Parts: sequence; structure tokens; C-alpha cells
Amino acid sequence: MTNEEVAKDLIRQFGEDVYDFDEPYGMLTLSTTRDQIIPIIRYLKDHSLYQIGFLTTLCGIHYPDDPNPEREYCIVYQLHSLVNNFRLRIKVFLSEDDLHIPTATTVYLAANWMERETYDFFGVIFDGHPKLTRILNMEDMDYFPMRKEYPLEDPTREDKIDALFGR
Amino acid sequence: MSTVLDISNKNVPGNDLPAKPEENVQYVNELTTLNLGPTHPATHGIFQNILQMDGEKIVSGEQTIGYIHRAFEKIAERRPFYQITTLTDRMNYCSSPINNFGWHMTVEKLLGITVPKRAQYIRVIMMELARIADHLICNGILGVDTGAFTGFLYLFEERENIYEIYEEVCGARLTTNMGRIGGMERDLSAEAIRKIRAFIKRFPPIMQEFEKLFNRNRIFMDRVIDVGPITAERALNYGFTGPNLRAAGVDYDVRVMNPYSSYQDFEFDIPVGKSGDTYDRFMVRNGEIWESLRIIEQAIENLPEGPYFADAPEYYLPPKKEVYRNMEALIYHFKIVMGEIDAPVGEVYHSVEGGNGELGFYLISDGGRAPYRLHFRRPSFIYYQAYPEMCVGTTLSDAIVIMSSLNVIAGELDS
Repeated sequence: MTNEEVAKDLIRQFGEDVYDFDEPYGMLTLSTTRDQIIPIIRYLKDHSLYQIGFLTTLCGIHYPDDPNPEREYCIVYQLHSLVNNFRLRIKVFLSEDDLHIPTATTVYLAANWMERETYDFFGVIFDGHPKLTRILNMEDMDYFPMRKEYPLEDPTREDKIDALFGR
Repeated sequence: MSTVLDISNKNVPGNDLPAKPEENVQYVNELTTLNLGPTHPATHGIFQNILQMDGEKIVSGEQTIGYIHRAFEKIAERRPFYQITTLTDRMNYCSSPINNFGWHMTVEKLLGITVPKRAQYIRVIMMELARIADHLICNGILGVDTGAFTGFLYLFEERENIYEIYEEVCGARLTTNMGRIGGMERDLSAEAIRKIRAFIKRFPPIMQEFEKLFNRNRIFMDRVIDVGPITAERALNYGFTGPNLRAAGVDYDVRVMNPYSSYQDFEFDIPVGKSGDTYDRFMVRNGEIWESLRIIEQAIENLPEGPYFADAPEYYLPPKKEVYRNMEALIYHFKIVMGEIDAPVGEVYHSVEGGNGELGFYLISDGGRAPYRLHFRRPSFIYYQAYPEMCVGTTLSDAIVIMSSLNVIAGELDS
């Protein structure tokens, strides 16, 4: 079971909906569309040979500087096959105007809090999630703090400019 | 004339009234809401569970977490790599060295640095000591929650000794900031080696005593067997890792499946349970303490000679003596301390076997001085989701024991 085999099989099954194959540090990475993400992780889980049935992480990334507005937000699913010791990373890119993605809780119970965390930090709405509320931050917070437009430090302070700190 | 004071008098006002007839008793047919936490001595951390109770039985539970959320992932986006180590300390603070080295190994993977064998072995020793300390806390406190304080009291002396070893190696006890990117900050001193050897010698009888006290103790067994069981399938679906998953019968251990830091050199077993109940979790942790001890013994016996840091001048601080005499060393020192080193572009995931399970670091570097995005896979955060399910149908006292045996660490939960 190699990266190539799995990649070829996914292309056979999902055609043009899987793309951008890569292998950073040996881990198979691919992108897919919002509509195909749940069918793909379900397919990998139910596959009799691969048995990629463990959700390791689910998190969001914000790319405000990406020239393509369709790729501003990214949701990353890292899956693991405990039987074959095979890891896989699937990315779904979303645009700012339409931050919706189907929930993975229908496949993995572990996705519940991971999705809540991603919602909490990035404002991505997971459609069909049983209880999509903030988890680590307080309920009445009115912004999504992990987005890049929210600076960590108070921007009005002049004594903490980046140049002084080598940033 | 003295009066006789009848101390056996059980008559209290109202006691001589006839018992109330049964039909006058009012039964309230509704659930009680009980707040377990946020600050409750038996929850060992700050988390709240709003339990719906039907008498003694728990009907449902709702968790509130985030009381000590410190936005580490956000802070990490502004810090050079070496300053992120101190954030990892504060996640699972019961076994900080594992977090520290896990982070260092992630960065080393990104940079392609190979750490010398000696440093890898020292890391293994410190990580296994941390695992012992972590499991001692969990199992000791499980004893306290079932009413046996003695085990906790005696074991904590050994935890203290482990902390003294930390102190000898890195100068700190709890938030260790141990090691550096590229190796260890300093070599194991003779005193540290002496302390580790002394620990290996002194610890087994104490652990045996602890096991004698608990493992076949009738009261303890009655209290924990079949309490909060979880099936292997369910546990995997919930993302369990570490001792809690192994208690359910799945032999997944990152140290064996994806060996890092020379774990393939050592001989050790993975203890697994069967039913995933509190007793199995307790026994798996006990078994792991013995295995960790075996690893430490092997590592200290076969400790290789050689350097304790890799040749990575852009990340590993040069010796202070060199800084004062050598121009190059001075430049590197300045650049590292000011965080002026650009990391290569890359996307890397690395995981280690933490005290509670797979501790993962997902690092995305855009070529800047700080990570573009850093995500921590905190095992506690993921498996704590299953807690209400494990509690439903049990009593409050069982719920405390289940939480204790899951070893949920607030710092790791909230990051």
C-alpha cells in the first residue's frame, strides 16, 4: 500500500474531484471539493484493504493573501489507517463568502469537537453538525480569532513594533 | 441529690410522634441538575460538567471546557520556533518533556536535521521518566478517588525524585523547556546519571508495593471493574489514543508504529486491556510504568558516546565561550536569539506517544520566522468528548472515577 496506489485508486473512483496530489515529507496530500469530502472519507474508511478509519486531526487554515479568493480558507483532514500504518491528508478549500462544509460527525464521532473548534477559531460552518457552538472561547465573542486579520498584540502600541523583535 | 444524666437517651423532640403514613410522602418526579465543576476538588482541573441526575443515576451530561484556554495556536504564529517550546510545556504539564521533544522533533523533521544517537537516547530516558510521572499521577489519584490515599502518598515521593532528575538535566521541574532544536541543551551530568540509576534501583519495590495494594484489592476492584467501559470500535471512532485506547484492546502505540528518537532500539511490550473499563485503564498504565522502566534501563546501559547536539548552527545556540571569541558564533547567537532565521517552506505532521496518547504537531511553514499555522493534536481534547457517554447510567461517584482514569489534563484539553 503506497501513496501512488491510493492516489490512483482515488482518481479512478472520484475522477476530477480529487486533485493537487503531493507528498510533503512522505505524507500523501490531496485536495477535493466540498461535495466529495464526506464520500471520500467514507470510502476510505469502508475500503476493505485500506481501512483508513481513524481521524487524527481536523483543523482550519486561513490564507488571506491567496490570489484566488476561492482558496481563502482550508479545512485539513488527516486520516490514519491503524491496520496499514498509512497516513493521508485531505484538504478542502473554501471561499470567504461561502464558508459551509458538510460535517464529518456522520463518519467520525471524534470530528464533533474538532469541528466545533474550527468553527470557534475560523467561523467555518459545518452543515449538519449536532451542536455547532463555540467550544474554547466564550459564547458572546463576536469574531473568529484565528483568522489572520486579528493581530495577536494590540496594533495601536508603538513600543512593540515587529522590527524591534526581529519579526 | 445528683441527677443521673441519661446519655443513652435517643429521644429528640418530635421523635415520639407517630411515623407519617406513606401516602403523605411527596415524590418529585423530575431530574436534578448537578454542576460537577468548574472548580471541584475531584475533577483535578477546571472543567464543568452539567449532569442531569435521576436520584443517584446520571441521565445525561453536558461539558463546558475552555476555562484555561490560552490561545497557544495563535501565539505560536508570532513566535520563532525555539520560543514555542515553552508553550508546549504548558499543555500536558504532567509530562512536559514529551511535549518539548515532540515539538523539537517536528521542527527537526521540517529542517531535515538528524539528531545524534546520544541525544536521542537522552531524550528517550527523559520521555520515559515523564511517562512514569504522568501515569503515577493518574493512578495515584485514581486511588485517592476510590478512597485510598496511601498509594498516592507513597508514589508521589517517586514523582518528586523524577522531578529532581528533570532539575538536574534542565534546571526546571514542572515547565521544563527541556532540550533544544537539534539535540539537548547540555549533556547528562554525572550527577544526573547517578540519580537516574538510583531511581531505577529504588523504584521497583515501591511500585510493587503499590500494585500489591491495588491490583487484587477487593474493595478497589469492586469499585472500578465494569465502570465506564468503552468498546474498541467506539473508542477508535471517538479518536481515543494512548493508554485509554489500549485498555479497550487496540495495540496502537506511536512508539512502535512510527518509531522516533531511536525507539526501535529498545525492547518493550505494549500492555493492552480487554474491556476498556476503569480497571483496565489502571492496569494498562501500571504495565506501561514497568515497560518505561525497562526502556530507561536499556537506554542508560547502552548510552552511546558522542555529541549531544546536531550540527545545526542556525538553530542550535553555540557554546557561550565561542560566542565571545568567534565571530561566526556571535552572528548565529544573535540571529537565533532575535529570531531572524527563516525556516524552509513546508508542511509537516509529527506525532509522539504522549502521556495520554498521540500528541501531534501539524506545522505549516511559509518560509517565515514563525510558523504560518501550528495545530496541536491534543489527545485529551479528543477523547474527553466520550465522557458523557461513558457516564450515562452510572452514579456520581463512578463518574468521578471515570474522569480520573481517563486522565484528562486541563492544560492539554484547552491548550
